[in-house]
Amino acid sequence: MHETNEKTYSELAREAVGNEELHAAIRMIQDRIGRGTRQLWKTEISPELRARAKAMRMRTLEHLDVVLATLAENIRKQGGHVYFARTAEDASRYCLEVARKNEVKRVVKGKSMTSAEIGVDPLLEKDGIEVVETDLGEYILQLAGEAPSHIIAPCIHMNRRQIGRLFQEKLGIPYSEDPPTLTKAARKALREKLLTADMGLTGCNLACAETGQVALVSNEGNIRMATTMPKVHVALMGMERVTSTLAEHETLLRLLTRGAAVQKISTYVSFVGGPRQPGEPDGPEEFHLVIIDNGRTDILADPRFREVLACIRCGGCLNICPVYGRIGGHAYNATYTGPIGSVVMPLLGGVNDHADLCRGETLCGACKDMCPVNNDLPRMLSELRHMLAYGDETWDVTPVDKTEAVAFKAWAAAMSSRKAYDLLVKSGRLLQAPFVRKGVLKHGVGPLGKWTADRDFPPIAKQTFAERWNTIHAKRLKEDGDA
Amino acid sequence: MSKQTATLFIQCLVDSLRPEIGDAMVHILERLGVPMHYPPEQTCCGQPAFNSGYRAEATKAARRFIDIFEDSEIIVCPSGSCVHMVRHHYPELFKDEPGMLVRARRVAARTYEFTEYLVDVLGVTDPGEELGSRFNGTVTYHDSCHLARGLGIRRQPRQLLGNIPGLTLVEMDESDRCCGFGGTFSVKYPEISTAMVDDKVKTILETGADVVSGCDVSCLMNIAGRLSRIGSPVRALHIAELLAGTGV
Repeated sequence: MHETNEKTYSELAREAVGNEELHAAIRMIQDRIGRGTRQLWKTEISPELRARAKAMRMRTLEHLDVVLATLAENIRKQGGHVYFARTAEDASRYCLEVARKNEVKRVVKGKSMTSAEIGVDPLLEKDGIEVVETDLGEYILQLAGEAPSHIIAPCIHMNRRQIGRLFQEKLGIPYSEDPPTLTKAARKALREKLLTADMGLTGCNLACAETGQVALVSNEGNIRMATTMPKVHVALMGMERVTSTLAEHETLLRLLTRGAAVQKISTYVSFVGGPRQPGEPDGPEEFHLVIIDNGRTDILADPRFREVLACIRCGGCLNICPVYGRIGGHAYNATYTGPIGSVVMPLLGGVNDHADLCRGETLCGACKDMCPVNNDLPRMLSELRHMLAYGDETWDVTPVDKTEAVAFKAWAAAMSSRKAYDLLVKSGRLLQAPFVRKGVLKHGVGPLGKWTADRDFPPIAKQTFAERWNTIHAKRLKEDGDA
Repeated sequence: MSKQTATLFIQCLVDSLRPEIGDAMVHILERLGVPMHYPPEQTCCGQPAFNSGYRAEATKAARRFIDIFEDSEIIVCPSGSCVHMVRHHYPELFKDEPGMLVRARRVAARTYEFTEYLVDVLGVTDPGEELGSRFNGTVTYHDSCHLARGLGIRRQPRQLLGNIPGLTLVEMDESDRCCGFGGTFSVKYPEISTAMVDDKVKTILETGADVVSGCDVSCLMNIAGRLSRIGSPVRALHIAELLAGTGV
């Protein structure tokens, strides 16, 4: 998986919050797209439609084996190949085999996070195959040697000056920060690659079992070139990215483009499901669909997390999340970022390994409001934290923080009687005394130390409400009642 | 009409850090002639433990809370997130314990957030007339996450604030964007939390308001902490303090 940085979540977050350009870029996307989608949910798209979409997703997931078998059967009928990959390694090895068999020298890619999840690029490259990203954002990142930081706007963390300098260096063009000029330069470079590639490797936004096709949405047209021009097309999909019927497919695609970019439908939607048929002017000679499990069966089997598979990867939750809004995608150090990444990465890649993602959100619920299929990400984050607190055999989780566990045991003891609670409050008053200045705590002790680095904390009051109730309110109320 | 006795559920943060909010609530209910009861044994609803994943500890606190409050006619709390905990998470915690589930649901159905109680249960429409409230100044309102999204309470506090004589209510941009508190989140990831509260503070300052108000002391504490650290004169006051105020 696309995780290379050895710094901790907190370290990466600290760097990111200090990056004003990053903050401005994400604010722009959250202000434009996030607010736009939110408005759509209020005005154009009824909550009933979203609820229906979720119900469709869950129904399909319940019969996933049958739905996938139908999809495979229909694709095979059209002359396509279907491969069910149990693991990431299986999936990338299959891609390599297809490439080798066809003596592929150059692969052009359409945006696919699944390819990052399974790590297919390095495997192909090790075999001497050139791999070129064709989505503009992904292409920029490939030139820069960086990972994507947003599901639909992968290089949102870079500005046009950085891109201008990058193109100057890598494409040998005169420096420019004019977006049309830069886009033209990228297009020229990419056209050459697209025209000479032997294999197209894409993701799959949603497959449709009824018709045996995969749908790919894009706004740049690169997808249709990558899927039709090379002689081989390999599409990668997570096993959950399938719909049963064309009606379900259509509903979800419209929610997908709205959630992703406030679009009724994207500029291009490609439906592909097999090689070129006799009499057709274009299309690949070979079509392969790789259906990837890589841990999804385990998610499907757990009722606590099954609904996360309903996700259609629109990235809408990233466009509203205040945590993502402040730290950007790279701080998550994961293939899938933002609120959805915080739930799905621990489940796919190990809960302990991604403990910070489970804990690093405020459970504010904005992502839940935004999700086109009403996924309750805060609920699932809470379940993940529950596993991290005590460990969980099914998911091979060990308790993550012994100090915290002890602290909460002590807390529970203190909260279990008013006497213990009062004792805690009284000791707090004594402890804080040397630190209170002008009515606030400027330097907290213990866990408050970090809090008070940037914020003042209110000191414990001279009297608790309980004390005031006894000494003031109860008496007064009684006197008033008697009077 | 004789009113039901309101049992006061004073969340731990109000109890120990900002008891004046509890005082304000008592004064308001007194003016409305609501009989009050305060169970002295209460401590915390268990939310901090629950949100951090420590459900056994949270369940312990929940059990105790139910023991203390289950005979109440109506339970009123000046904190949206605590009400959210009782209303939504208690039934979840006891889902496999039928006897407790019934009791949890009964308590959940009787627990109200303060402004919800004033507007929806008591039908308060004119705080000036009914509570003697007055405030000279401009106030902006922060929608706390659990209150606004979790309980759907957005209208009630605005209705109350908007009708306080002398008070001008101005909306901040994205009033329901999280302030970055998130309970232990702000202790575990202070760098992110501070950045988030900075965004919140910015939108508050842009309104030019004298006061930021809300219905959750935890968010207000976070916001006030940052305002105070940057030396801003803007005050963070709980809505109960504004309603109880007489022209401050």
